This record gives sequence, C-alpha cells and structure tokens, in this order.
Amino acid sequence: MNPNAQLRIIKSAILLSFSLILMLGCSKQKTQITQAGITFCSEGSPASFNPQLDTSSTTADASSHQIYDRLLEFNTDNGEIEPGLASSWLVSNDGLTYTFQLRKGVEFHDTPYFTPTRNFNADDVVFSIDRWRVASHPYHEVSGGSYPYFQSLGLKNTIKDVTRINGYRVEISLYKPDSSFLANLATDFSVILSAEYGMNLLAEGSPSNIDVLPIGTGPYKFVSYRKDQFIRYQRHSDYFLDTIGPEHLVFDITPKSSLRVAKLITGECDAVAFPSQNDLEIIRNRDDLTLLERPGLNVGFWAFNTSKPPFDNPKVRRALALAIDNTSLLEAVYLGQATRAKSLVPSASWAYQPNMQDTGYNPVTARKLLDEAGIPDNFTMNIWAMPVQRAYNPNAMKMAQLMSTYLADVGVTVNIVSYDWARFRENLTAGMHDSVLIGWSADNGDPDNFYRPLLTCAAIPSGTNRAQWCNPEYDALIESALKIEDSDERRIFYHRANQIIFRETPLVPIAHAYQYQAVNNQIEGLTINPFGGIRFDDVVRK
Amino acid sequence: MLNLLLRYINLMVLTIAILVIISFSLAYMFPGDTLTNISGIVPQSNEQRVALEAVFKLDRSIFVQFWYYLENLISGDWGVSSSSQVSLLEEISIAFPATIELITYALLVSIFVGIPLGFIGGIWHHKPFDFGVVTFSVVSYSFPVFWLALIFITIFCLQLGYLPLSGRVNFLYDIPHSSGFILWDIMRADIPDKKDAFLDALRHLILPTASIALVTTAIFIRFTRRSIMDEMNKGYIEAAKSRGFTTKQIFFKHGLRNSLLPILPLMAMQISTLFTNAMVVETIFSWPGIGNWIIQAIYQRDYPAIRIGMLVVSVFVVTLTITIEFISRAIDPARDKFQRGAV
Repeated sequence: MNPNAQLRIIKSAILLSFSLILMLGCSKQKTQITQAGITFCSEGSPASFNPQLDTSSTTADASSHQIYDRLLEFNTDNGEIEPGLASSWLVSNDGLTYTFQLRKGVEFHDTPYFTPTRNFNADDVVFSIDRWRVASHPYHEVSGGSYPYFQSLGLKNTIKDVTRINGYRVEISLYKPDSSFLANLATDFSVILSAEYGMNLLAEGSPSNIDVLPIGTGPYKFVSYRKDQFIRYQRHSDYFLDTIGPEHLVFDITPKSSLRVAKLITGECDAVAFPSQNDLEIIRNRDDLTLLERPGLNVGFWAFNTSKPPFDNPKVRRALALAIDNTSLLEAVYLGQATRAKSLVPSASWAYQPNMQDTGYNPVTARKLLDEAGIPDNFTMNIWAMPVQRAYNPNAMKMAQLMSTYLADVGVTVNIVSYDWARFRENLTAGMHDSVLIGWSADNGDPDNFYRPLLTCAAIPSGTNRAQWCNPEYDALIESALKIEDSDERRIFYHRANQIIFRETPLVPIAHAYQYQAVNNQIEGLTINPFGGIRFDDVVRK
Repeated sequence: MLNLLLRYINLMVLTIAILVIISFSLAYMFPGDTLTNISGIVPQSNEQRVALEAVFKLDRSIFVQFWYYLENLISGDWGVSSSSQVSLLEEISIAFPATIELITYALLVSIFVGIPLGFIGGIWHHKPFDFGVVTFSVVSYSFPVFWLALIFITIFCLQLGYLPLSGRVNFLYDIPHSSGFILWDIMRADIPDKKDAFLDALRHLILPTASIALVTTAIFIRFTRRSIMDEMNKGYIEAAKSRGFTTKQIFFKHGLRNSLLPILPLMAMQISTLFTNAMVVETIFSWPGIGNWIIQAIYQRDYPAIRIGMLVVSVFVVTLTITIEFISRAIDPARDKFQRGAV
C-alpha cells in the first residue's frame, strides 16, 4: 500500500466520522414523544409524594398540583378561593360549621399498583383530613406521623369534627370561627387522598406505600421515580376538568442551578425552577427563552427589638426608618429583582393596600427625631444580618453594610452581627438583638399568614415575631379580622393594622422579592403559582 | 503454568481480603453510629436497634462481625443506602453498567482511531503526517480530562447547541432497565419510537465518550508508533527487504503481528485509567454511573454507599489488572519480566 492511498483512506474516514457526528448533532430532534412531553428541571428530590407530610416547596412541586386535587383552589391571579373537588360550600352564620358539596364523577388514578373501584366521594375527604387530625387514625403514624403545616397553624385544635352527611356532602365543624380556614383548605398541603387505596394498603400490610406510590385525582398519574434522577408522570386521561397539558411530564432533578440553566439553553429542559440571580441576565438576553417573574408572597424587613431600650421608643424606630434609603437597597441588594414593600403583604394578596403611605428617606428629620428622643450623636447599635440567602433577602450582609453608611450620616454607629443559621435563630428568639434583617414567606394567600405570625403577642414565644412587639390594639384587629368571612370587610381591618404598623414602626418593610421561573419559548401556559407548587395542567408545546 | 496461576490467584485473594478489611473498618472509622454505617438504617426505637444489632451481629466480637460481614457481602446483602433506603446492590447494579458502557465505547474509539494512526505514524515516521499524529497525541495527552469535558460542553452544547450535556437519554423516553447498557436496552425495549430513542442516546454518548477516549487514544498512538518503529528496524525485516518483499507484504506478514503482541497488555492496562477518567467525566456530564453515584454519596454523607462503592470499584480494578497481567504472561511466556511493563 503506498502512503498516498493510506492517507486518502484516513482522510475519508475522518471526514465520514465528522459528518456522522454533525448529522447526529445538527438534527435537533422533534420526535413524537419529545413533542408530546414536557421536561421540567426541578431543584431537588421530594421527601415523599404527600405534601401533608412536608412543608418544603420541592415536595409540593412534585405532588400537590400534579397528583392531587384539593377541596378548594386558589385563583392564581387574584388569590380568591375557587371550587376544587368541592363544587360549592356553605358556612353557617356563626362561622363554626362548613358544609361542602362534593363534585361527582371524579375518578382516581388507575395505575399498575392500584385500580379504583369507585369514584371520589365524602369518605376520601374524611380519610384525608382525619389522617393528620386524629391521632388514632390508622394512617396517623404512617411515614413519621408529623404534619408540620397543620401543626404550625394549630388546625388540630380548630377542627372539632369532620362528618360525612352523605356520599357527596361533608360537614366540618370548628371550635372557634376562623376565616382563614377556607384558605388553609386550598393550600398545597390539604390534598385529598384515596380512602379505598388506603384500606387496600392496610390489608396488604404496606401502608407506607401511600406516600411513595401515590394515588390521587389530579391531572397527572405517577409513573416512576428515581431519587436524584427523575420523576415520571403520565396524563390522567379521565381527569374531571378539560386540560390541555402534555401527555408525558418528567421532572429532571438537577440540584445545581447553573446546570439547570445550561440544560434550558441546550433544550434538555423546557422549564427550570429557581434560576439564580446571576443567570437571570443570560436568560433575558436569549431570544429562545423567557423569564417569568412576579412578586412573590414574601416580605423582607428590618425589625427592631422593641423590648430593648431605646428601641421601645416609637420615635427612635421611626427615626432609624427615615434614615435609610430603601430604593437604593432594592437596586444594590436585590439587583432590581424586587418591589418596594410598604406594609407586610405584597400586591399578590387581596389584602394589599395600594395607597399605603411610605416612610420615605429623610436624614434631616431622622436626626431631629433622634435628638428629641435624647439619642446622643455617637450612639452605637447592632444589626443582625441573617447568614443564609432567601428570595426575600438575597444578601443580608451587604444590606447591613449599606445601611450602616446611611446610619452613620445621622450619627449612629452600627455593628454587624452574624452567626450560623441555627444559632442565629436561637439567639433571635432569646431577644439578644437590637435589630435584625430577616423576612417571611407565606404559604397561602390569606393575609392572616403574614399579620399573625409576624407581629402578634402570641408569636413572641414561638419565635416568629422578631420585633418582640406586643400591641393589644393590633392583636384585637387581627383577631376580629379572622371572625369575618367577607374579604372586603376583612380588608378594612388589615388596613387599620397597617396604620398601626406605620405609626409604631416595629419593623421597616423593605422588599417583596420576585419569584422566577425560566421557560423555553416553545412552552406556553406555564405561570408562576404564587400560592405554592408549580402546575402543568394548562401547559402546551407550540 | 499452574504455579503461575496459583501465584496470581493468591495475589488477588490477598489484595481483595485487605480491601474488604478496610471497608469493614470504615464502618467504625466513619463518623456517626456504626450500626447506621453498616446497615444504612437509622434505628427509630430501641427495639429496632437491638433487632438490627442482632442481624448484623454487632453484639458479638469483632471477628464474628467480620465473618457475618463477609457472608453478607458474598450473598449480595450489602445493606441499604442511608439517603434513599434502596438496596445498595440494586443501586450499584444500575450505576455500574452505565460506567462500563461508557468505557467500552471509549475503548473501542481509542482502538479504532489510536492503533491505525500509530501504525501510520510509525511506518512513515518523521514525515509530515507523522508529525501531525505526534502533535495530536502530545496535545491530547496533555489535556486534563475534566477541563476537556468542560470545553466540549461550552463549545458543542452551550455555544453551538448541537449536543445535550447531561444524562444518557432524554427522560421522556421511558427505557425499561434490563442489561443496564442503554443502547442495548433501547434495542430490546418495546417502545414506539425506538429509532429516535437510539439516536438520542447516541447524541448523549458523543461528548462523554470523546472526552475520555482522547487521552487513551493518545496513549495508544504512542504505544503503537513506538512499537512498530522498533519492530520495523529489526534485522529480520531488513533481511526480508533484501529478499525483495514489498513494504506492504512485510508489514502485514510480520510487522503488524509482532508489534501488536507486546503492546496489547499495555493497552489493556489502560482500562483502569479509562475507568478513573470515566468516573470524573460522569459527574460533569451527569452520567448516572458509579463515579457520579459515589460523588453523590459523598455529598450526602451516605456512609454505607461510600463504603460499598469504594469496595466494588477497587475490587473491579484489582481483578481486571491481575487478570490482564496473568493473561499476558500466559500467552507470551517467552519474554522475561523485565521486558514486560510493570503492573
């Protein structure tokens, strides 16, 4: 063989292999299954497939709106409560008895591990609520027996009884009126399980499967799951609502946020959860991707320890609030990814008060107020900056540094304090701080979820009232708001509470951070659900 | 011959025994509860603890414990992963074939690219083409594998968007797990769009295979080139030439065979290099193989998984190395051990 012949062969072999690679590579495949399915890159593995057991949003994303339905649903646009599995409901005049009329003809999932023999009815509602409510329920202790959401709200002590009136009517009686009760039934955590499946599993002796191989009425059936790899769902063809969602749904579990965005760029993901702040610009600059954003149900604030002088003086708190330019904090810390907070609730909630006045930035008045309160020129205070990143405050340390320069202008010296997260919260609850930069994320659309844990007297020992602020007038307003059903009337109470917060300034609201989701432009209908888990029932591929 | 076989078996058994002892003692050396480190189960109650201790013989002397540990290893009862509560044997039997698949393809690429290039370079050495081949091999040998993988991702996935950057196949294709080799499983699977799934799996394979094959290809080129240069300069080749044989005849009759024989074992030895590189590349391309699996176990402090993963990987490498060494001794006993590359 002469060298030239050999070279020719080599050359053609190389060319051939390159063209093969290019052929494989360039043909961005549009096959049947990739057309009919949607891949969502989620940020972690769910703890189980039952959101009753866990408050993390990862579990809620993977199960709440895919596998299950609730009695009631939130309208994702205005937060109003809409019919879910309950087609209508009645509240007695004393606010103590709730009667739910259930939807007929709702089918449970038919899967290889369970074939339902009956449709959804009142037994399933009683089963699902009693599971977390009644300690003697056969499923109460299954999978750990801890139901954090319901426990944190003390719902066990609110509900007196859940009774089946007939096959499609359920009555829930309460010990005391609670106008946030309906909202609690609409959260991600109040899912309806199948009683029949539960009984079958008990008979088989494998009750814990109820949370591992889930059965619900939701728009998607569970197919398979491998930890840290994927979750597969298939459309529930007999779903009671007409949905246009994809035939197949896959959660590709990708914990690294940069990798999720990279996979979105290569088209391996159609949508990604929680893109990091650094990647937002990259997503915005690409024509084939869309960044969904909306103000989240959260608030970041600066709380003063009102049990400690001189912060027990409203004048001092007011002065310190006036010394800070909040607008510059929004730009420097949130990189513009947040809206200015004037009270506790963001605009996504129905209790939002658009005409709320703002504290504003006025260092001259601030100094004047401080002088009136007798605060000397070289006064020193500390600001505790939380050590972790949260949507409501992505960089508390930086915020504290910026604030210290503002406070220096009015003659206040700042020491910034931080501990590791566990000790930080412990010391906060013990009240060792002068002031703290922290925040709150709500899990339902009800404003009570903000006003009660953040500032009522009862919330001081449980550690969510970081201002250690106790005002009977405020508490009375929050209590009376809960006794009223009509949201227009309730709103008035919350607006009056806003006035008290404004006057007393136990905390300075800083920002409501945006929530983000990034999607491929081929995907339509995906929205951010401000009230919890992601929903795919109306998502289509163009 | 029998003597040789016995010597190698002895070596293998001793090495593996030491590995097993190390893995057993890891259960005691890792932080936390020894019972959890061995079983992967965090006992919820005192009764469960006592029951588990009885199962794993933790209430007996250390030698009895070791004996039962050995028994469990052999019977495939390796405990469960403390993070997923799935049997370790099952998890490994899913992850391990994925790695083997990756190194098989990389090895094939290296053989079919590296050996021909090495021969051409060796036969026409110090010619322009040879310089090209040598340059290629030096350059690609010098690339760190993880860096190369990242560069591939930047160019082919993020800039050009030609190829996917993670996994083995689009998760929308639900391929039933049977052999663990994705291409084979797809061919055997009863799914509607088999051809698309196969192409998709191929697209996923290109970059990880290329990243680890490049280094091995460079090594193969250098081995073959050196070997053929040595062989073709030997006296008997000169003699053949003077008798009037053509280069082609000499090469295919003598050169090829005689130069391949000594380097085949050296090449087989590269499988362990390939294996380590594959474990690195897997984490970059999220390839669900054993390397990626062990890294995840380390992140999650899943001590039972780390312990068993380390044992499985090292036993695999040791067995492979000793077997290759033995075979090369057996088929070519004439060369003495100083001529042969050391293990």
